[in-house]
Amino acid sequence: MEGVLHQVLSGIASGGIYASVALALVMIYQATHHVNFAQGEMATFSTYIALTLINFGLPYWVAFVITVVVSFVIGVLIERILMRPMMNAPVLASVGVFIGLLLIINSCTGWAFDYTIKTFPTPFPGGPVLFSGYVSGHELGATGVTILVLIAVYLFFRHTKLGLAMRAAAYNPVSARLVGIRVGWMLALGWGLAAAIGAIAGMMVAPIVYLDPNMMAGILLYAFAGALLGGIDNPLGAVLGGFAVGIIENLAGAYLVGTELKLTVALLIIVLVLVVKPSGLLGRTVMSRV
Amino acid sequence: MDTVKMLRSGMLAVLLWLAAALLPILLFSNYHLFQLTMMVVYAIAILGLVVLTGYNGQISLGHGAFYAIGAYVTAVLMYQYDWPYWATLPASAIVCAAVGFLIGLPALRLGGLYLALTTFALAVAVPQLLKHNALEPWTGGVQGLVIDKPDPPFGLDISPDAWLYLFSLFIGGLLFLFAWNVVRGRVGRAMMAIRDHALAAEAMGINIALLKTRTFALSAMFTGIAGSLGAIVVQFVAPDSFGIFVSIYFFVGLVVGGVSSIGGAIFGGLFIEFVPNLAETVSKAAPGAVYGVILIAVMFLMPSGAAGFVAAAFARFRRRTKSGLVAPVTRGEAGAEDVSATAALPRGAGPDVGGHHSL
Repeated sequence: MEGVLHQVLSGIASGGIYASVALALVMIYQATHHVNFAQGEMATFSTYIALTLINFGLPYWVAFVITVVVSFVIGVLIERILMRPMMNAPVLASVGVFIGLLLIINSCTGWAFDYTIKTFPTPFPGGPVLFSGYVSGHELGATGVTILVLIAVYLFFRHTKLGLAMRAAAYNPVSARLVGIRVGWMLALGWGLAAAIGAIAGMMVAPIVYLDPNMMAGILLYAFAGALLGGIDNPLGAVLGGFAVGIIENLAGAYLVGTELKLTVALLIIVLVLVVKPSGLLGRTVMSRV
Repeated sequence: MDTVKMLRSGMLAVLLWLAAALLPILLFSNYHLFQLTMMVVYAIAILGLVVLTGYNGQISLGHGAFYAIGAYVTAVLMYQYDWPYWATLPASAIVCAAVGFLIGLPALRLGGLYLALTTFALAVAVPQLLKHNALEPWTGGVQGLVIDKPDPPFGLDISPDAWLYLFSLFIGGLLFLFAWNVVRGRVGRAMMAIRDHALAAEAMGINIALLKTRTFALSAMFTGIAGSLGAIVVQFVAPDSFGIFVSIYFFVGLVVGGVSSIGGAIFGGLFIEFVPNLAETVSKAAPGAVYGVILIAVMFLMPSGAAGFVAAAFARFRRRTKSGLVAPVTRGEAGAEDVSATAALPRGAGPDVGGHHSL
């Protein structure tokens, strides 16, 4: 029983990371109906920026804040430059641009920071602290940070004017424009936020999985699974889905398929959700006029 | 096309093919022949994507998975069961078509983006599956399998590399002919009808479910055979050589070559075999960046790819020499535009890939 508890707890820890990335994906999907295949590479790039700043001698949290801000700016720039012309393009074109972005960012990361595997520092006290040593200090801290981020995002969208405007722009761009909301800038802001959230997820996961240019590939897959499980157009669903995938992944890895097939579990979740309930647990069923 | 014209273009194709077979053998070194063989292999793999994406409108980011399965079927049969290399091709065609059919089943319910996502997940998961302990007696686990290079048959006095080039070119020629016939026949028109307007196609009596899964199977078969040839040529398979980037490179080759053009697959093969070599002289990271930049540039500037560009240039040339008049739209451009050009869609109402043409 203790083993199960351990798996569930560390599932929640990694689930928090998946939930953040899933949230970043859903924010972009909700507003533009694009799935950002480059989300993982963007987060990895941000994490390298953080590492560089820390190696310069900046304190961890200063580097953290600078990284988040820089990532936000990069996200906004990508939307303004690359994604804006792709607004109404067919699926193939948008997938093509995202894959192109993935390739460019991946090789820029490799080129600028080389391909060796690096360790990433954690700001939290080391050593096992909770539940008779089942949860490490970093896991606890990372879970705390991701939950804080999720709450902050929730409060931002629910209780600020800007958040309301962003939701309006995503929900009904035409009406939003008619009441004076600058829809284009709201989308760019959404991209910036998604990039910033991804950066935080990257910095939180890097101490666990170590930093290399392909660090986020697997995590992106889990985030996809989480987003689909919860409903790809529902932020709350995506967050819950992310946590659920984290727990399922850990339990399945420990008791069903072994650690070598963990990624296949994500694939299975994706296929099952799409076959059984394509709208996800909390998503809206989309009706389309023909 | 009348019979005389068809005969003439058929003869021309055979002559071109012979030239492509003989000239390199006479002129090139073994290493360059190896590169050309790989180009043919990639062209066949991309041909599978052209049939699937270009003509049927289903986007796959995971065809590297079928390439891997084909390669492994060949390697396992040759290494563990001593099959001759040529006999493994039909086996891998059957296996890949079957797997493609099975994956095509859930794919039916998935519109364009979700299919892209699922196949992306498949491609990420494949190396892990290949490494798995349960398969290790056959696949050799992380180490992979090394297979022997086949010798030229019938006492031919050429190098093994030259023979492999001829062999791949022969298989490739057959497959391209096959694909060309499929997309120009009744089935091909049905595939395009589904791509352009699924509902209308269904109203015309096309069984969408059956045709989409069959197209997926056919496409997986092409890419799987390419994988088999690739394994024979490289003489080595290992899980880590079939990661997500194989799938992505095929996708890049598809888009750069021209999405809805059978000939575009050849441009695609050329591109992914030779551009990385050129780019790598600059830096190790350059091929990925070059791919990415070119991919995005093609999406913005030349949505019908290299094949569409060449077709348009050719049409312009012919128009000029014939009449001097300028027609509004050339055939090559119009055909490709259906799939990839930017047709404004009402959100969520669009079909898988292409423009939402009203009836």
